[in-house]
Amino acid sequence: MNPPDTVPLPAAAPPRLQLTGITKRYPAVVANNGISLTVGAGEVHAILGENGAGKSTLMKIIYGAVKPDEGRIEVDGKPVHIRNPQEARQLGIAMVFQHFSLFDTLSVAENVWLGLDKSLPLAEVVQRIESTAHDYGLEVDPHRPVHTLSVGEMQRVEIIRALLTHPRVLILDEPTSVLTPQAVEKLFVVLRRLASEGCSILYISHKLHEIRSLCTACTVLRGGQVTGVCNPAVESNASLSRLMIGSEPPELTHRESQVGASVLRVQGLALPRSEPFGVDLQGIHLDVRAGEVVGIAGVSGNGQKELLYALSGEDTRAAPEMVQIAGREAGRLGPGRRRALGLHFVPEERLGRGAVPSMGLAHNLLLTRKTALGKGGWIRMGQLQEQARAIIARFNVKAGGPNAAAQSLSGGNLQKFIVGREIDARPKLLIISQPTWGVDVGAAAQIRGAILQLRDEGCAVLVLSEELDELFEICDRLHVVAKGRLSPSVARADATVQQIGEWMSGLWDGAAAPNAAQNAARGGAHVQA
Amino acid sequence: MFKLEQRPQASKLWTYGSPVLALAITVLIGVCLFVMLGKDPVRGLQAFFWDPVKSTYALGELAVKATPLLLIALGLAVCFRSNVWNIGAEGQFVIGAVAAGGVALLADKTTGPWIVPAILVAGMLGGMVWAGIVALLRDRFNANEILVSLMLVYVATLVLGFLVYGPWKDPMGYNFPQTKTFERVTQIPKLMQGMRTNIGLLLALAAAAMLWIFLFRTRAGFALQVGGLAPAAARYAGFSSRRALWTALLISGAAAGLAGALEVAGPLGQLTPYVPAGYGFAAIIVAFVGRLHPVGMIFSAILMSMFYIGGELAQSRLGLPKALTGVFQGLLLFTLLACDTLVAYRVRWVSRTPVVPPAAAPAVKEAR
Repeated sequence: MNPPDTVPLPAAAPPRLQLTGITKRYPAVVANNGISLTVGAGEVHAILGENGAGKSTLMKIIYGAVKPDEGRIEVDGKPVHIRNPQEARQLGIAMVFQHFSLFDTLSVAENVWLGLDKSLPLAEVVQRIESTAHDYGLEVDPHRPVHTLSVGEMQRVEIIRALLTHPRVLILDEPTSVLTPQAVEKLFVVLRRLASEGCSILYISHKLHEIRSLCTACTVLRGGQVTGVCNPAVESNASLSRLMIGSEPPELTHRESQVGASVLRVQGLALPRSEPFGVDLQGIHLDVRAGEVVGIAGVSGNGQKELLYALSGEDTRAAPEMVQIAGREAGRLGPGRRRALGLHFVPEERLGRGAVPSMGLAHNLLLTRKTALGKGGWIRMGQLQEQARAIIARFNVKAGGPNAAAQSLSGGNLQKFIVGREIDARPKLLIISQPTWGVDVGAAAQIRGAILQLRDEGCAVLVLSEELDELFEICDRLHVVAKGRLSPSVARADATVQQIGEWMSGLWDGAAAPNAAQNAARGGAHVQA
Repeated sequence: MFKLEQRPQASKLWTYGSPVLALAITVLIGVCLFVMLGKDPVRGLQAFFWDPVKSTYALGELAVKATPLLLIALGLAVCFRSNVWNIGAEGQFVIGAVAAGGVALLADKTTGPWIVPAILVAGMLGGMVWAGIVALLRDRFNANEILVSLMLVYVATLVLGFLVYGPWKDPMGYNFPQTKTFERVTQIPKLMQGMRTNIGLLLALAAAAMLWIFLFRTRAGFALQVGGLAPAAARYAGFSSRRALWTALLISGAAAGLAGALEVAGPLGQLTPYVPAGYGFAAIIVAFVGRLHPVGMIFSAILMSMFYIGGELAQSRLGLPKALTGVFQGLLLFTLLACDTLVAYRVRWVSRTPVVPPAAAPAVKEAR
């Protein structure tokens, strides 16, 4: 299958970028195994693959941040040896990373200025930012300090910084994970425009519908190898998914739930930020009842972290009545006391928060479980091992046994273990943040299945996720968090992606409180304009 | 050229092999040192590694020095495992000795044998108070415990100096800066006739066993270590970081104070300005060479004790400066830290052949 090029090329013209037989071995894994990739001028080329498929390593090789063990890289038909990102930029290769590299305390213009190789006066940089921003519809004020920008705006700064180097190949790593659906559309307009001007775009993602609507060619990676090259526009989600994971993800059966009494009630929760770049929580009302899954959508950095700290008990500044668990006022209780009330929590960060990296799985049970403890906190080792073994077997965790260090597991397997640890405690209320972030498709389906099963057994479940698809798949009701406030809830059956997307910008009925104007005035609004 | 490559998992072999390799390298450098000083390296090594263990008496002396080192190191291991950097054990040792000495001075001809436990308890309390100051300042004002505990060492030494030059000076002592010799009844009971080894050795071994149980078999010990390894996980689990700070410092203060009491009511028998012998600092090395593990620290305490005795023997027999003890201690810690690289990394020989043909280089220049 040959991708149709948006810009017709003379037959003789060499491809803009060509990789042949790229191999990169790490001690534990072959990240890239004989990968070949051809990108024509003006092509929007998707690199599709699961986490751990080798996408990031391949991009770092192209950007000169990692040196391949074998293979050739050619730009415009000439072999090149890219030793560092600076040389990559000189060749016209620019990259926008998933995690932004901006200094919070500096202004937009100063950040861009720092990233430029040539020495230009700041005033000229400001002028260039303004003209580029205007040309591409990437409106952003060059004088604003970066910490007042929303995540979407920070991404614009990164893109502008890349565009100022006049790239001929632009690499974008998972650019939409921080954007609302509306902001994604705006980004796509910019990318299509760039491509039509002849810039080649390498678009890394695992979101199939985005790739199908944007890209003109697609290279699929699995386990460090190329499993297919195709035109995504003529493929279906199912066929792309087969290339990516070797099978189609199993369908979830979603039954109507029997809703019981309220297990988590949050009333007027308001907390000032505890760190300089945090978010103030304001007037949050939330109710999670037994036997339902409630989802909270939102672009990251809108108060999710702060809300979870307040719910889990890691932040005990809330007034007692603001957080009620199973009818008890719990605002001032620590994590251990809340756990005794039946609240179990799976945090977003697995290594270092959900598990101690260097400790074995069995010992990691002791973080939240007391089953294997005797009098005076005596640890019964045999029982602890047995408990770990049971969870490993029940949740199909691939690990070297109950004493395998948490850090030796893959992200998906560790997540299965942590989710298993909390589900195995038979909680009354399970709060779970980014349940399948960085988890392969098979494990993700299994985790979602376990959440639904828990709900059917009468547990109240609260899920925070940035993946809208996931929330629509498993939740009964949805909220949206934006700027530290929580939207009213909407039944999943009545919700649309369009509506949730608007809410992610903070635009729900009744949200236009006096605060909105205030936020806009101080420039701290986390809105995708 | 050689290249360090990160291991996918920490090497079990080198976790235990690294201290052995470090000791071997230390010995090797020691041999070079003796040769450079113009001394017979065989006799030098003999002084450090054979003479301290060749007779029952020598072994007894070895135990006398190893006891305070082990006790202090056990306490420090609790601190280091919970990420509390108490490096002022020397000060806690001195205050423990002062408190114990104060109780011992109360004894007279009619005092019963109850005075011995009282001396030991006073020593532990003294150490705990001194370490408690560090915990309080850290907890209340977030003061850096490294600096505070270190500076309190000098304060402790000055307190000791004030007492032995001032109020506690022996009136019959010809104006020497020392207290009167403690009553016989205050003497820590000896293990055997004719040896200086006392029941402190048993206490230290019992403490090692208790520490093993605390660290590896109780939830409280587990919670302390989680706080050190992954503070966010401790917060998630609900383990209090304040409790960890206080527990760690009080345990290590008590251990160092007990060591001070055993020393002053044992081999010393009186307070002098020479109570601080550097055990508190040497114990830091003992703790790390012993991998912060109770059993490992028993071995490393014996090793460090050999260095102490070897240094004295090298001075008296070979005419070498006593500072050699410190040189060996420092070398051991230094080589251990270097060898520990092998736990997380492996050494690999890589050829210098470039990945892409050299013809690639000009292409970069053209593109400029």
